[in-house]
Amino acid sequence: MTTIYKAKKIITMNPNRPDATHVAVRDGRILGVGALSDLEPWGDYTLDEQFADKILMPGLIEGHAHTMEGTLWRNVYCGFFDRMDPDGKIWDGLKSVDAVIARLKDAESALTDPDAPLPGWSLDPIYMNNERVSRDHLDQVSTTRPIGVLHASGHILNVNSKALELAGLLKPGVNHPGIPLGKDGLPTGELFGPDAMTPVGQHVGFDRALTDCDEQGLRDYAKLCVRAGVTTSTDLAARLSDDSVEMMLRVTGEAKFPTRIVPLKVMFGVTPKEVVDYSVALKERSTDRLRMGRIKAVADGSIQGFSARMRWPGYHNGAPNGLWYTAPEQMSELYNRALEAGVQVHTHTNGDQATQMALDVLEPALKAHPSPDHRFTLQHCQLADAAQFRKMKNLDMCVNLFANHHFYWGDEHYRLTVGPERAERMNACRTAIDTGVPMTIHSDAPVTPLGPLFTAWCAVNRITASGRVQGEGEKIAVNEALRAVTIGAAYTLHLDGEVGSIEVGKKADFAVLEGDPTACNPLELKDISVWGTVQGGRIFPAADL
Amino acid sequence: MTSANAPLPVTVIGGYLGSGKTTLVNHLLRHADGVRLAILVNEFGELAIDEDLIEAEGDDIISIAGGCVCCSFGSDLTAALMDMAKLVPRPDHILIESSGVAIPGAIVASLGLMSGFSADGIVVLADCETVQAHARDEYMGDTITRQLADADIIVLNKADLVDGADFARTREWLAADYGQARVVRASHGIVPPETVLESFLGRSHSAGPHHEAANLDMHTLRPKGPVDVGALAKALAEDQAGIIRAKGFARSLSGEKTLIQVVGRRWTISATSEDHADGIVCLGFKGALHHHQLQDLLAGLTGAN
Repeated sequence: MTTIYKAKKIITMNPNRPDATHVAVRDGRILGVGALSDLEPWGDYTLDEQFADKILMPGLIEGHAHTMEGTLWRNVYCGFFDRMDPDGKIWDGLKSVDAVIARLKDAESALTDPDAPLPGWSLDPIYMNNERVSRDHLDQVSTTRPIGVLHASGHILNVNSKALELAGLLKPGVNHPGIPLGKDGLPTGELFGPDAMTPVGQHVGFDRALTDCDEQGLRDYAKLCVRAGVTTSTDLAARLSDDSVEMMLRVTGEAKFPTRIVPLKVMFGVTPKEVVDYSVALKERSTDRLRMGRIKAVADGSIQGFSARMRWPGYHNGAPNGLWYTAPEQMSELYNRALEAGVQVHTHTNGDQATQMALDVLEPALKAHPSPDHRFTLQHCQLADAAQFRKMKNLDMCVNLFANHHFYWGDEHYRLTVGPERAERMNACRTAIDTGVPMTIHSDAPVTPLGPLFTAWCAVNRITASGRVQGEGEKIAVNEALRAVTIGAAYTLHLDGEVGSIEVGKKADFAVLEGDPTACNPLELKDISVWGTVQGGRIFPAADL
Repeated sequence: MTSANAPLPVTVIGGYLGSGKTTLVNHLLRHADGVRLAILVNEFGELAIDEDLIEAEGDDIISIAGGCVCCSFGSDLTAALMDMAKLVPRPDHILIESSGVAIPGAIVASLGLMSGFSADGIVVLADCETVQAHARDEYMGDTITRQLADADIIVLNKADLVDGADFARTREWLAADYGQARVVRASHGIVPPETVLESFLGRSHSAGPHHEAANLDMHTLRPKGPVDVGALAKALAEDQAGIIRAKGFARSLSGEKTLIQVVGRRWTISATSEDHADGIVCLGFKGALHHHQLQDLLAGLTGAN
């Protein structure tokens, strides 16, 4: 059974035939692409013209996101920017603390259980003149119901008095660096860092296992993927407990599940040996739509949280150096064991010292276990300099740069965290490409919204939230950015033989677009509407989700 | 040891990879002697607990001879602590063996946000041979120095691997930069258990043969009446008389029975309903614990003794 889709234009990402008008699909795979006459010799077919006025691209691939975004949408959205939820509703960005309070009040009045917590997410007072949000603000919503609002960075939680009371912290004498006290000697309700957030988070509806999605969350995440044109997405720091593997196998196996999920088992609280052995075993259990068997390691923290590891001269505002989450010796053991077992490792390195550590540790591991085509990937890698990219190239590494971060926090980085020079070279896409390091770009959803066309726009224009172009020299071209979010991301996952371009033999995974990203003004790349996706030959219109 | 609703004492054992944390933990388990220890480790390494001590192994918990347990906390220390507090019988003391890159002061600060636990102090292990080089390491240097700066007690381990002069130099370096901590010399993680855990101090009120061997010394202060307990605890913590740890009971000026705990420069006083005779046991090393100074200190606070 062959279906030939006619499209206004098919952008293939295959340099041998960059664009075409027809694509033939059989058994969920691409039989051929070209003009109708090129495809007719394959025999009987049905001509489907529903995409005749659409642009088809290879299904977009998100190389660094977290399916927990699906779960977070069940909380109240308190972000500054407009954002689309899994059902396609666009929530207006809230421009003031008063607006946040008003939206929380609306949500509060809809709750019937008087004791149910009210969790909100994605608050970012950076855009509200850094106004401090305190328990007094949230007490305006309710003094009897615990309320907590998670910041967009994920590193700060604001709670009301009731939440503090339930956690036993509404008292004088609380002594913790992450819990500021007000003039009355009581906590202000601002909780900085996971150590301070955890004991209160559980009372406001933020479960401890925040990095994992639940069943509904996974389905909702997949809806977001369809709306963004994404057909394959990583889940970059999954715990992959037995229960969660069972759940993910079941949900991704549902006939209408529209996304290929690539969860990476995170090395937290397990030894390098355990995580490698477990990943080898998980790989065997993979299905087409759930690809397991890769590892995520975390070297350091975040730049805006001042927990990233920086080389000299360190943070621009003089903050002390950040935190290691994995010691070099442990990273070395992980790399050695993983290379030996043939398991791929993606390593979170935000600061340039963390990047250097990963490079230093990988080189001897590669000498001990020569591993052609290992494709070990540095994730975020926001502050790498040119020499570090050359080293990545020489070690055959890949990189996944955090292009969205530049838009959302670029101004902060310029002013506060790293200063002008390093802010301008952050997420150095141009350098990566010119150096020959296989690269992709990402959203880190839910930290920033899932949307590879927006991510491409960020890398092409390098515009910050205040509207400045930051780092002219690191801009990349539209076709390079589109490549990054398709075949580029596929390459970092060893999936480039299956997805990432529209050519014979590959999965019939398409992003169905209303406009042509290669023909529009690059400043409008982010505004191209997504009609939906085709995944494994199955058609998912966003309007029908 | 402790009453059912008294806060559970928690000691954090920190130090970089290879400094001997696991060896020390196993040594303490071997000498637990009826004290039920709950050990929390970041992950079960291949040799977290010596095999001969293990009675039974589950996924997340290992049962150990003498009523002790070992648990891996992974990324959720808070949950693991709460699980430990619910164990029946309840452990007498929790030991957190932190990861090599953890900042122990941050763990203790988090502990302060939970009810039902009290910080018994931070013990940081340092490998005599390598600690100074590690403290200069490009990557790990500032992590190591932050760990040492958080310590109440530094166990200067692997003393058998260096000669006397090198040991002395390392000790001087620690004293100069990390003077807040008391330094205990050790080889193979072998330290007198009562220097590391308050719960062990409680059971040994008299110096015995064990103390002879370990070169320990003790002095018990017995205030004859009410005393400014805050001033007393603070004075004991100020390292004039060679105290590593002190623990005991006194009556405050308002007549309340008060528990005094001192480890290194950390001190706490808390009202207690426990019925104990007044008396504060001060532990130090032979030759370094100055009995007269301790008596003078108490006399200065009570007027006469």
